[in-house]
Amino acid sequence: MTRVGHPLARGQAEGVALVLRQPLSFWGGVDVETGAIIDHSHPDRGQSVAGRVLVMTGGRGSSSSSAVLAEAIRRRTGPIAIVLASPDPILTVGALVADLLYGLTCPIAVCGLDGLITGQRVRVQCHPAGAATVWNGPAESD
Amino acid sequence: MSARSGYHKGLPLELTGADRAMLHGEEGASTQVAMQVLAAFAEAVDAERLLDISRAHIDGCLYHGQASLDFALRLSAGGGRVRVPTTLNVGSMDLIHPELIRLSPADAAPGRRLMEAHLALGCEPSFTCAPYQTRFRPVFGEQIAWGESNAIVFANSVIGARTNRYGDFIDLCCALTARAPAWGLHLDEARRGQLLFQLRGFGDAPAATDALFVAVGLIIGSRSGDRIPVIEGLPVPRHEDQLKAMGAAAASSGSVALFHAVGITPEAPTTMEALGRHPADETFAIHPADVTRALDGLSTVKAGTPITAVCLGTPHFSLDEWERLLPLLEAETPASATPIYVNTGRATLHVLEGDGRMSRLRACGVIPVVDTCTYVTPILERLDGAVMTNSGKWAHYAPGNIGVQVAFGSLEDCVRSAAEGRVTRVDA
Repeated sequence: MTRVGHPLARGQAEGVALVLRQPLSFWGGVDVETGAIIDHSHPDRGQSVAGRVLVMTGGRGSSSSSAVLAEAIRRRTGPIAIVLASPDPILTVGALVADLLYGLTCPIAVCGLDGLITGQRVRVQCHPAGAATVWNGPAESD
Repeated sequence: MSARSGYHKGLPLELTGADRAMLHGEEGASTQVAMQVLAAFAEAVDAERLLDISRAHIDGCLYHGQASLDFALRLSAGGGRVRVPTTLNVGSMDLIHPELIRLSPADAAPGRRLMEAHLALGCEPSFTCAPYQTRFRPVFGEQIAWGESNAIVFANSVIGARTNRYGDFIDLCCALTARAPAWGLHLDEARRGQLLFQLRGFGDAPAATDALFVAVGLIIGSRSGDRIPVIEGLPVPRHEDQLKAMGAAAASSGSVALFHAVGITPEAPTTMEALGRHPADETFAIHPADVTRALDGLSTVKAGTPITAVCLGTPHFSLDEWERLLPLLEAETPASATPIYVNTGRATLHVLEGDGRMSRLRACGVIPVVDTCTYVTPILERLDGAVMTNSGKWAHYAPGNIGVQVAFGSLEDCVRSAAEGRVTRVDA
């Protein structure tokens, strides 16, 4: 199914979804060396955001998450795209700066999350002055 | 901040002539980069225009890796200077006590370079997470661009200044342009409370203990998402440090940027006014059992567990907090054998060193830490035992950040536990 939402950061990416049960603070919550979720109070602790399309309702916690996201994108341990239910300016600026400094994009889209589940293949397309499109296929068997 | 969630009108951002001059590079390459990021950010949050700000607080000098250094160096190489008084949050180094930081010179160098790159941009060497405890404290109604989650919630809630949750990079872009997106908590309509929390079942009134404020902060943070909570039934705080601790906890367990405490904070004379004369989206009760559960959830070890350190001052200890700590320590015999690390601002340390109190504090086992915080950089001598803290924020983040076990307790509990070398609670 295809959802149309609005773009917070430009780019396009396709990969396997990781749908979090709670919002995640990148700062204090993600190990930039590996992309692993390390927040001891997070229900998805131990999962990795690296190379995934990260889906969550919103951002959370410290305002230092922008730099952690930018650094994770630089190291290729970050998500390849982020899909949110409500806008998160802190993640937005992290993605913008990685784009500006290194030319590496991590598109961020805001749209309804119904029907997105972990393991699905998801494609995210964000046009800078247009719309965001989030498409998901069926869950992958592995 | 998500009032327009699911709705995006996509109108172009309206820039003034001065904004466009910055965007087109007429004010130099660094100002241009700053305005490019700011404009893209403003469009992403659907702001219609930018507005003037009179202060900034920069959260970007805590070293999170090469990206934060590359950004600051890009701006300073382009001749960038801040255009408003700009304070700096904690970094990775204690520049006054560098021997405290357990990093090799090679590992410490990037963090030090990051702090220096910000000074080169004209920022003040405050290096504190509590800029509201310095001479750069804003006033009611002032438009500011602040980073650091505890400072943001304090400025909005306790002072009534106006800032969104600005993160690394964007706060610096605001400082270099003296502009911020006219959106969210800068505007009247986005500041009304949306959720109502009512303290119930505490008898006449709950006692104004430090722990109560931490617990209420954790509870409102975990239930509010990014909506604005209104709290009814809080006792009048004994000092503003209790509101500081509550905001820091709320911004750790959630992303609260503004709370209204009815009868206490400046935009909440009554519940109805705090809610902007709208009904609350949802109402929650906070019972004594919720407070107990929230506090119990902070400790990863049981009472009686040996401790290797006590960590205070997250957010940075105020002068008032030092004044409460000193007599507690001096009343304790035998003197503590457990190190008591206390994070504080440079200016506060300077006062305590000037009047001789710091030497008395050191004699009681206190190790003052400035410019940074004990849970963001390797300072503690031992990480193999449990650490006791009176900070909900420290207890929330330290296990993930530095891999310690944690016990939460009041300031009195922390002092007694330091003396006994194990987790002890005074009124247990």
